[in-house]
Amino acid sequence: MKHTLVTASLMAAGLFSLPTFAADIEVSVTNLTHGNHFTPLLIAAHDADSHLFQVGTQASAALQKMAEGGDIADLDAAVTGNAGVTSANPAMGLLAAGANVSDVMLDTGDNTHLSIVAMVLPTNDAFMGVDGWEIPTEAGTYTMYVNAYDAGTEANDEIINGGGMSGVPGIPAAPSGDGGVNGTGVMDNSDNSNIHTHPGVLGDMDPAGGMSDLDSRVHRWLNPVAKVVVTVK
Amino acid sequence: MKRTDFTLKPSLIAMLAAATLLTACGDDNDDDTAVVVTPPAPVMQTFAVTVTNLTANQPMSPVILASHASDAMLWNTGEMASEALEKLAEGGDTADIAALSVIESSINGTGLLMPGMSETLTLTLDEADVASISLATMLVNTNDAFTGINSYTIAGMEVDATTAMKIMAYDAGTEANSEAKGTMPGPADGGEGFNASRDDVDFVHIHPGVISMYDGLADSVLGASHRFDNPVLAVTIMRTE
Repeated sequence: MKHTLVTASLMAAGLFSLPTFAADIEVSVTNLTHGNHFTPLLIAAHDADSHLFQVGTQASAALQKMAEGGDIADLDAAVTGNAGVTSANPAMGLLAAGANVSDVMLDTGDNTHLSIVAMVLPTNDAFMGVDGWEIPTEAGTYTMYVNAYDAGTEANDEIINGGGMSGVPGIPAAPSGDGGVNGTGVMDNSDNSNIHTHPGVLGDMDPAGGMSDLDSRVHRWLNPVAKVVVTVK
Repeated sequence: MKRTDFTLKPSLIAMLAAATLLTACGDDNDDDTAVVVTPPAPVMQTFAVTVTNLTANQPMSPVILASHASDAMLWNTGEMASEALEKLAEGGDTADIAALSVIESSINGTGLLMPGMSETLTLTLDEADVASISLATMLVNTNDAFTGINSYTIAGMEVDATTAMKIMAYDAGTEANSEAKGTMPGPADGGEGFNASRDDVDFVHIHPGVISMYDGLADSVLGASHRFDNPVLAVTIMRTE
């Protein structure tokens, strides 16, 4: 009895779900910031219950690694280990301001939702993020604008010191060589350790001192920081 | 002499060909029956586009609202601004955008769109020409910030259908955001508008915001109220007939 019922419900689920299965999608990502890089992107298709991050909740250790140091390996493993599919590092490295990566093909298989993350560099723990966007079943081109979030795992001291490992304070690097040195550090009085909308960076005009090693004329941003275009085949 | 012969020959052939064509035309005319065709009265569609300036203290230059084919774009993020867009973003001058070959028709707002204020522009188009619209305006107390809609499809909108959107500020990337005295045309400065030299990143992107003299930009003539956050503009498109 029980066996029959289970088989029947599985069959029914299969029938009803069929139209949403096996979408081929093409993704492009454009960096809309004035002077920040994105570290290697992770583009992931997964089920409805999975998330790389959720605002208002604490970051996972894997997300923290990405947000503080640009390391997507653990997030990638988590998705693929749960029957998701990914395109890891499609831009083959950093994606500079104004640059885009396009024609990223993904066969989503049974996966219904799309997430995208990358660290915004130079920052302490800012990342651009798409959280569980439901992939439309109707063929077409869909555009979304993406905000920058703060992982809430590291104080935004704006000191460039090579600190990219989780829990190590500081910013790994300013890829364009436009950062400063010897900043005294911005006092970050935020108590919000959950993922939240990033307040933006402060920066200053002093490359050899001041509070921040960031340049207020180069490294500030307003949302959105990225444009994502998804073409459902 | 020989050379003259050579040049004459082709022209003779051309003349003969022309004569043949003329004769052919004449024959056709003899067979024609006079038919008076009344062209169908053009069916017009009217769109009311309402814009609202959402900033604290950034007057916006007179808006240009333009209609065009769906594949025309006024700008592409990550790519160089056209000179027409540069003139709009640095000085609020819309003449070159209106003159672009891709623009079918355009109208302008009546004047500066002040913070908090709204204006409705009305665009009437022959049904056959209804495709996409774009809209652009400069945030005048900046070096080269602008906002607008970029090739939005209005084809197929029903009468009384309404679309509302809120839009971010873009940076043309053509002029450094120095905020310095003499570099911005708006009332906060009264300085220069368009300047053909390009001394910034030279690609269109999301504007990083203004810093102001109170937040560490020593040479800035802008104050706290000139800062802005997204969105900066609300747009409502309604097909009225």
